[in-house]
Amino acid sequence: MATPTIESPRSGRVAPGYSRSSTSRGNFEMIAWLFMRLSGALLVVLIFTHLWVNLISGDGISGVDFGFVAGKWASTLWRIWDLTMLWLAMLHGTNGIRVIINDYAEKSSTRMWLKGVLYTATAVIVVLGTLVIFTFDPCPVIDGVASTASYCPAV
Amino acid sequence: MSKTLVPAGTLYRGREGQWSWVAHRITGVVIFFFLLVHVLDTSLVRVSPEAYDAVIASYKNPIMGLGELGLVAAIVFHAFNGIRVILVDFWKKGPRYHRQMLWSVVGLWAVVMIAFSIRHLMHVFGG
Repeated sequence: MATPTIESPRSGRVAPGYSRSSTSRGNFEMIAWLFMRLSGALLVVLIFTHLWVNLISGDGISGVDFGFVAGKWASTLWRIWDLTMLWLAMLHGTNGIRVIINDYAEKSSTRMWLKGVLYTATAVIVVLGTLVIFTFDPCPVIDGVASTASYCPAV
Repeated sequence: MSKTLVPAGTLYRGREGQWSWVAHRITGVVIFFFLLVHVLDTSLVRVSPEAYDAVIASYKNPIMGLGELGLVAAIVFHAFNGIRVILVDFWKKGPRYHRQMLWSVVGLWAVVMIAFSIRHLMHVFGG
């Protein structure tokens, strides 16, 4: 009498209905999971330094004004620093909110709407922030009036 | 009185693991919304120095100063607990010591926040 054979669970011959790897999502979730950890570790360094320079050293918050920003962004290093921080923090935060929406919004249409709003906000903020960092002018001429700040060339 | 049938509650396993996860989510959302506002306020440097200075001046009043304390508290917790999450995921002994690591996170957070609060409140209240 022949004994019926039962395949080992990990024999690789999985019925198509049970296959987990053929979804169109690919390994996006794994990449997102990894990104959260890598960007998170970098953001700790980027943001702690940002807080140290802007809130702790010198006059702290009371020393922050247009001149303070102009002084920082006169250096390419700080522009790269802030640009990296902007992109990493926005993507890290957006993915976090995406996960939270997926967890709590039960209706498909609600999830789609919330994520639509989220991605729109993210795109606007990232593009705006990037443009501001790249086009910043420490001595702007507004309505034909040149800035009179001490570090600006006299007109 | 009619009794409606409600789920037995939404507590998963409680204790350090679940509560740190809840705190991580809440602080994450708070930081994200601040970040949106922060990029907008910084963008005012592209409008005019006066516009930027006027809005930043509001960050210097005592009430906002306390708000900044709360924001930094959220950031520091999220950062330290995030490192703990990385250790739980990637360090072989991470899952075994996740509780001890959470209490280290809380202790370290308290020390950093006491130091930061003194410094920041001196700036805000002109010490």
